Amino acid sequence: MKRYSAFAVAREALRNHKGWGRAWAAPEPKRHYDVIIVGAGGHGLATAYYLGRNFGITNVAVLEKGWLGGGNTGRNTTIIRSNYLQDPSAAIYEKARSLYETLSQDLNYNVMYSPRGVMMLAQTQAEVRGYRRTAHANALQGVQTEWISPARVKELVPIINIDGPRYPVLGALWQARGGTARHDAVAWGYARACSAMGMHIIQQCEVTGIRRENGRVAGVDTTRGAIACDKLGLVVAGHSGVLAEMAGFRLPIESVALQALVSEPIKPCMDVVVMANTVHGYMSQSDKGEMVIGGGADGFNNYTQRGSFHHVEETVRALVETFPMISRLKMLRQWGGIVDMTGDRSPILSKTPLEGCFINCGWGTGGFKSIPGSGWGMAELMATGESALTRAFGLERFREGRFIDESVAAGVAH
Amino acid sequence: MLILHCPNCGVDADETELAPGGQAHLKRFGPGSSDEDFHDYLFARENPRGVHFERWRHAHGCGKWFHAARDTATLEVFATYSAQTTEPPQAVLDAIAARRPGWTWRHES
Ligand SMILES: Cc1cc2nc3c(=O)[nH]c(=O)nc-3n(C[C@H](O)[C@H](O)[C@H](O)COP(=O)(O)OP(=O)(O)OC[C@H]3O[C@@H](n4cnc5c(N)ncnc54)[C@H](O)[C@@H]3O)c2cc1C
Ligand SMILES: [Zn+2]
Repeated sequence: MKRYSAFAVAREALRNHKGWGRAWAAPEPKRHYDVIIVGAGGHGLATAYYLGRNFGITNVAVLEKGWLGGGNTGRNTTIIRSNYLQDPSAAIYEKARSLYETLSQDLNYNVMYSPRGVMMLAQTQAEVRGYRRTAHANALQGVQTEWISPARVKELVPIINIDGPRYPVLGALWQARGGTARHDAVAWGYARACSAMGMHIIQQCEVTGIRRENGRVAGVDTTRGAIACDKLGLVVAGHSGVLAEMAGFRLPIESVALQALVSEPIKPCMDVVVMANTVHGYMSQSDKGEMVIGGGADGFNNYTQRGSFHHVEETVRALVETFPMISRLKMLRQWGGIVDMTGDRSPILSKTPLEGCFINCGWGTGGFKSIPGSGWGMAELMATGESALTRAFGLERFREGRFIDESVAAGVAH
Repeated sequence: MLILHCPNCGVDADETELAPGGQAHLKRFGPGSSDEDFHDYLFARENPRGVHFERWRHAHGCGKWFHAARDTATLEVFATYSAQTTEPPQAVLDAIAARRPGWTWRHES
């Protein structure tokens, strides 16, 4: 792998950029791997990367039915934060956020992490109490957040209307080191680093069946033939139910469509991320100047990566009250992704009823921010059978009634 | 936007008029059942990419519950039918089989 650097850019400029080479290889599948990961989204690729980096396991294939990062990883609104309430969530999301801080250097790939600050508006008394409690919890967990006043909100976001008639801004939970990153780059950066360790990233290779022998996993059937493995990781987000059925178990998961939209590009007007959970809308401004807007999810099972117009209308209507200046903006694009919602709205990182088969799913509407931490924990779980980061997120918690109740933080979007 | 025919009041209702109620025809397991059965009843879902039976309520209309048979990958609606049943009627199964040759109803134990 050629290292990217300022020197390399200068060198290539002098020879018509002919020396760059592919960022990752496109090999033919082998007959056997130590580990197969299904799904080349951020979580699958990060799992593979940390298997190699932290445990020296590099005889690994990542199988992707479409193209790398073409699932939710390339469809999300890229908000990164770790201001969760419960200890297990704060631990894994903060691990992820702190890895994001140096991810560009670690991967030698610019993921454009921008810790511009994330603000969660409190627009009802219930939210005021909820976010104050979260700020206290975060202080105990070592996650830096603070409760800020409406005046401070206005100072940070001049375009906001803090005394709207229906939903006045009563304050906010502020995480100064939260922010955004370039979603495709996160997938590409991990893919390039995996490929450099000799791992195989195989695109357009759909897993169609899971082979079992003597009660443990033996390999997978794919559209490019059967491939054997010792361990299997299912990391397919919205398609987890489909893969679980192939492996012979069911999950506490339902797949629904979540959508987002962007406006035409405008001059810089807001340099933090603002989330308004009461009205189900959130917004940030991309480097290109587009306002990136996310909203609510469908309430019914849906595998079509589309959205519906009435959700767009609801979201935009709500945001216009809080940001009156966007009322005349034209919207450019709208799209959807299939998110995997669990019974308690928290993720699953777990062994499964099938020996040797592991699953990482249920990140639902909010798993871009957790990619590095999730990959870190999942790799440890797959390599050693145990991980402090993932312990609370096992499948058995539903049978045992040990839910991780984060629905306040992650029930809607982002 | 989904449009479902409400079999209770006869209205073709828009999605915004309806409240989704999740997977239909779950077999209820309550006190006295095994942990496994109770867990599955509460949490385990089929979540298929394809034919799905589900509950809906005509929330901003007649207020009544009904069932729908739908394809989650194409959004095709095969039929809507009464909620007063524990299994899809034969006519609904036939309508789905006509559109999805080879498909069969699971008949849960
Ligand atoms: C509109 C929208 C906005 C969002 N906003 C945010 C946000 O602001 N912040 C945040 O933190 N999160 C956000 N999320 C959530 C976030 O995008 C996801 O939680 C995260 O990207 C999941 O990553 P993943 O790697 O698990 O899944 P994916 O990126 O979906 O990857 C799964 C991959 O598996 C592949 N696959 C599926 N079936 C098979 C098969 N049979 N064989 C081979 N491959 C298969 C798919 O093609 C896909 O590429 C948002 C999501 C959406 C849809
Ligand atoms: Zn009705």
